[in-house]
This record gives sequence, C-alpha cells and structure tokens, in this order.
Amino acid sequence: MNTQHYEETHRDGTAEAEARDTTEGRVFTVTGGDWGEVVEAVGRADDERIIVNMGPQHPSTHGVLRLILEIDGETVTEARCGIGYLHTGIEKNMEFRSWVQGTTFVTRMDYLTPLFNETAYCLAVEKLLGISGDIPERADVIRVLMMELNRIASHLVCLATGGMEIGSTTLMIYGFRDRELILDIFELVTGLRMNHAYVRPGGLAQDLPPGAVDQIREAVKTFRSRMHEYDKLATGNPVFKARLVDVGFLDLPGCLALGATGPILRATGLPHDLRKTDPYCGYENYDFEVAIADSADSYGRFLIRLEEMKQSLRIVEQCLDRLRPGPVMVGDKKIAWPAQLAVGPDGMGNSLDHIRKIMGTSMEALIHHFKLVTEGFRVPVGQAYAAVESPKGELGVHVVSDGGTRPYRVHFRDPSFTNLQTMAAMCEGGQVADVIVAVAGIDPVMGGVDR
Amino acid sequence: MNDQVPETRREPHREIPVEVVGRRQGMFGAQGSGDTSGFGGLVAPIALPPASERPYGGWFDEVADELEGALEEQGLDPAEVIEKTVVDRSELTFHIAREHLLRTARTLRDDPALRFELCLGVSGVHYPGDQGRELHAVYHLRSITHGRLIRLEVTAPDADPRVPSVVSVYPTNDWHEREAYDFFGLVFEGHPALTRIMMPDDWLGHPQRKDYPLGGIPVEYKGAQIPAPDQRRSYS
Repeated sequence: MNTQHYEETHRDGTAEAEARDTTEGRVFTVTGGDWGEVVEAVGRADDERIIVNMGPQHPSTHGVLRLILEIDGETVTEARCGIGYLHTGIEKNMEFRSWVQGTTFVTRMDYLTPLFNETAYCLAVEKLLGISGDIPERADVIRVLMMELNRIASHLVCLATGGMEIGSTTLMIYGFRDRELILDIFELVTGLRMNHAYVRPGGLAQDLPPGAVDQIREAVKTFRSRMHEYDKLATGNPVFKARLVDVGFLDLPGCLALGATGPILRATGLPHDLRKTDPYCGYENYDFEVAIADSADSYGRFLIRLEEMKQSLRIVEQCLDRLRPGPVMVGDKKIAWPAQLAVGPDGMGNSLDHIRKIMGTSMEALIHHFKLVTEGFRVPVGQAYAAVESPKGELGVHVVSDGGTRPYRVHFRDPSFTNLQTMAAMCEGGQVADVIVAVAGIDPVMGGVDR
Repeated sequence: MNDQVPETRREPHREIPVEVVGRRQGMFGAQGSGDTSGFGGLVAPIALPPASERPYGGWFDEVADELEGALEEQGLDPAEVIEKTVVDRSELTFHIAREHLLRTARTLRDDPALRFELCLGVSGVHYPGDQGRELHAVYHLRSITHGRLIRLEVTAPDADPRVPSVVSVYPTNDWHEREAYDFFGLVFEGHPALTRIMMPDDWLGHPQRKDYPLGGIPVEYKGAQIPAPDQRRSYS
C-alpha cells in the first residue's frame, strides 16, 4: 500500500484539504473549514434552546406521530406535528372499488373505532341511495350496540396507553384485559377482532350469531363489576392527578376555533354530542347522559371517558332489551348483498344451501348474484355528508357519486386529524413531560389521522 | 366533450340548467376491447343535481334569507355571491363565487342568526369534465347554537386553482387546506404555511386528482397476469 501524507499551504494563504494516495486513488479529508468557528460560537450561546424530534418511532406518541419540540431547558417553547407516516391512500383506493367494498377500506382507517368508520360511511351511502328510512330496526339496534361496545374498547385503549405513558403499567394491564372482553364479542359477531367490514350499505353483513346476546350480557355484568377498579386506581390517585390536572388546557373558544370535538370539547363544559344534537341510527330512543367536565384539561377528559364508558354500558343493555327478530338488511334486492353466510367446515362462507339454490334452480338468481358482487349497485348522482359521534369526536364522511358503481370521491373528516391540531395550543409553554400527557388526552390514532 | 351531451335537462314547463360534469359511455365502461353487449354506443351525461328554487323547505329558507340579508348589509349583491343554491337529499348547499368565500364564511360564523361556529374542514373534488370549474372545494359548516349543517361549494379552474383560505375565520382549516392542497393542488391564498401534509415534501403531482393514476404494478399469479388496479375493467 502506497500511502503518503502531505498538506500544502499555497502562497496566497488558501489551504488544500489533507490528501493521501491510496490504492483507490487520491483521497481528500475535508474538514469543516470555518464552520468550526460557527459551531464554537453556537456552543458559547448561553441559552439551552434545542430542537427535539420525538418520534415517529417513540413509544409514547401513539403510533407514528412525529412531534417536533423546541425546548428551552424543560420548557416547550414551540411544538409542531409531523404526520403522514401512515398515509395509505384509502380515499383514493375507494374510488377504484365498489360501494360495498368501501367498508373494507374504511374499517382500517382508525383501527380502534372500526365500527364507527363503517357506520358513518354506510349512513352517507344510504343517504345517497335514498334508503335511510328503510334500514330495518334490528340493523339499527345492532349498529348502536356494536358502536357502543366499540366506544368502550376505544376509551379503554386511550386510558391504557395513556396510563402506560406516564408510568402506570397497571392501568395498561387493566385496560387491555377489559378490552379483550369486547374483542371476544366482536370476534363472535363479526368473525374478526378488528377490521370487521360488518356494517354494510343497507344494513349489516349478517345477524347476531346464537349465544351472542348471552355473552354480551355476561360481559356487561363483568365489566360493570370492574369499573370501580379504574376509579380506585386512578381517579383519586394523587400521583395520577398531579400528572393530569391542569395539563393540556384548552378552553371553549380554543376548541371551537381549532375544530376540536369529542371529549376535548366536552371537557370545556359544552355538552355537544351528535348522538343527542343530530341523532342517527335511532339514538333518540335511548336513555343516556352526555358526560361533561368543566376543567378543560387532561384530567377532565379522563373523567369524561370513564363516565362515557358507564353510559355506553347503559345503552348496550337498552339495545339488548330492544332487540326484536327481523331482517338486518334492506329488502331491496338490488342493494342487499346476496350472500347467505354460514359457518362451514372451512370457516365462514356462503351457505351451501344458498349456493345449491342459485346454482341448481335459478339462473336469474345466479346472474343477479354475480352482477351484484362483481359490478355492484349503482348510486344516484349527488353528494351527501353524514356524521357520527365517534369516541374521539365528530367523524364526518363526504361522499360524491357520479351515478356509477364506485364512489366518485370519499372524504373523511377524522376527529383525530382535526383534534391533533390542538397539540401546539395545549403544549407550548408547558413542560416536556406534560406533552406526553396532553397528547394522550387528545387520543389521536394515526390510522385515522393519515388515512 | 361529445355534442350529444345536452347542456340542459328538458322538462315540460321550464329549463333547469344542470351541472354536467362528465359523460358515461356504454353500459360496462369497457374501452378499447370490443364491447359486444350492444350497449357500447350508449352515451349519458353525468349531471349533478340542478339548482333548487324557493321555497327550499324547513329552516333552509330562514338560513338563505339571513345570509342574503347579511350580505346585502355589507353592500354585496347576493346573486353575485351565491351562484346557486342546491337542496338535495335534505342537505342545503350554497355555491359561492370564490372571491366572496372569505366574506361569506365570516358572515356565516359571526351573524347571530346564522352562527356556524364549527367548520368541518374542506374536501376537494376533481371533475375533469366540468369545463372551467374542474376543482371543487367543499366546506361543511355546523351550527352548534342552532343545530344546523350546511355546505359551501367553491370552484376553481385547473388553469388557475386558487381559492381564498378561510384559516383566518376558521383556524381548524389549517391542516384541512394543506390536505386539499396536497391531494388536489388547490392553492389556498392567504394560508399561513401551505405545504404538503400527507405526502413527502418532494412528491410530484397531486394524488387524488382524477388524472393521477392509482398506480400499482401488474401482478402475476399462477401464470395469469392481473393488471394494475387502474388498468382494470371499470363498470362505472
């Protein structure tokens, strides 16, 4: 190896980078030039202002959320969000699939509230189809039942992860333990723990299976007996309160300006809940209270979520009492999914009786089935907006149809997306440790934020 | 556009101008391959619901009256600001001329009789066939005070995709307008920092426009070629 070190200084004062000859050729080692002085000058500055990237891979940012914090010592002087790491193009993809296939996409958006996504989308499609009044009562009751169970599951994850982030792993264990009860019900009813695609335009994919009502009643009883554990563990806990009280403050004008809805808005004392103000799926027939708080901080949001879970249990019980036998899909055979599902030896699928009927006895039924499944139904031209009160706030859907068998445009106003904008207002001027608490109180789910 | 597409839909008594945003050819959407079904020559216009005439029904008239009155008080001609009013599927839509959007939004928020204090974001829609009005920005406004929901629709041509930003009235639209810019190329004038929000900063194009393909690659599955999603047969 022929290596030779030399450094040259030209007569005019300019220096050439240190170079050496190697077998690969001549290699220059470039140093910082006068940047060294700049770095030194910055180092001499007496403020401790630094910019910290928290995330996108950080255990306490709820998924792939990137927080860009400018901190001075322990104080956050500026806070910004970087999002888009989980963008999956769901809205674009839906334009290339039939209206029914859309539910399979939307259920994956905010993966903690799949049944709300599906219901909101289906309500909008039904509005476009003009069949909002024709949805069978049993379908509406089961939708409400599943949504309220889903609300409990979503709030439990919020409490569990929020607890874990501030070091209360017991709260996490309790939350995920109880959520499992609900996921078991979902698995029994829809076949899947998440990503159900259970609510369909016109009704539901299938009716409740035998034994579901008993299992739900049992779960409600178990759950009710465990609710006080959260109170005991967290509500009055001085350490828990010290971390949450007066943290993440956002008052009513701030909420309205930034479009925050859900527990964040209700924590300011405004009882705005779409289930009461703009009822859908027959919510006007249920007896429940809208939980509010007046502290406008993370602790108030925590109390609201606890209370909403109790109210959801009440609604679930009322749903079970209201269940009457009947169809779960609209009668219009041009819209209703033709499949007759049954559990076979290889899992859930089209029932053999139904296949025997359409394959063996009715050519027209077979054609109809084929057309509806491959091509899908047509939706009249126009646009519609439907909104539901998801656990995080107002989940709005704007759908546009050009009269075809595929959506022309579907847009979701996801509450997580809008609520996350309040992060800066809640965190700036506070402590770094409080950012975690404030973000946990917003309860953003990046699947919904980025879609 | 084809000459056969009627610009107005004829009715026995009057002519209602409809918004023709495209046309559908054939029954099955197949192009290029021989559609032997006999429906290949079918041509139908895609027309959005036409402008409605008074009375609109329910509280719609009250909101329209209040808005027109408030605009007149500001010295604006309501007919100039509100291009048309559509009542469809029991939803009220005001089509607003884009230069008056900000003033209208402020009026809708501040007038005590209107008081739409919550903006539910902006949704872009791209109609390549709607000549001179290709890009639509759709706003939903909710009034918690009165329990009402209305829709504003603003259009801009592809050649000049500028729409005034309403962030100064509804700060919540900050991210929503960035999203609509990112996906549709709508430029919201007056937005404090209009940058991409979902796609990477150096992304080319605006993915949710209709002229932007879904993408993907053909997949080979057990010897059969499955075309990319945007190349597949369309039924619409």
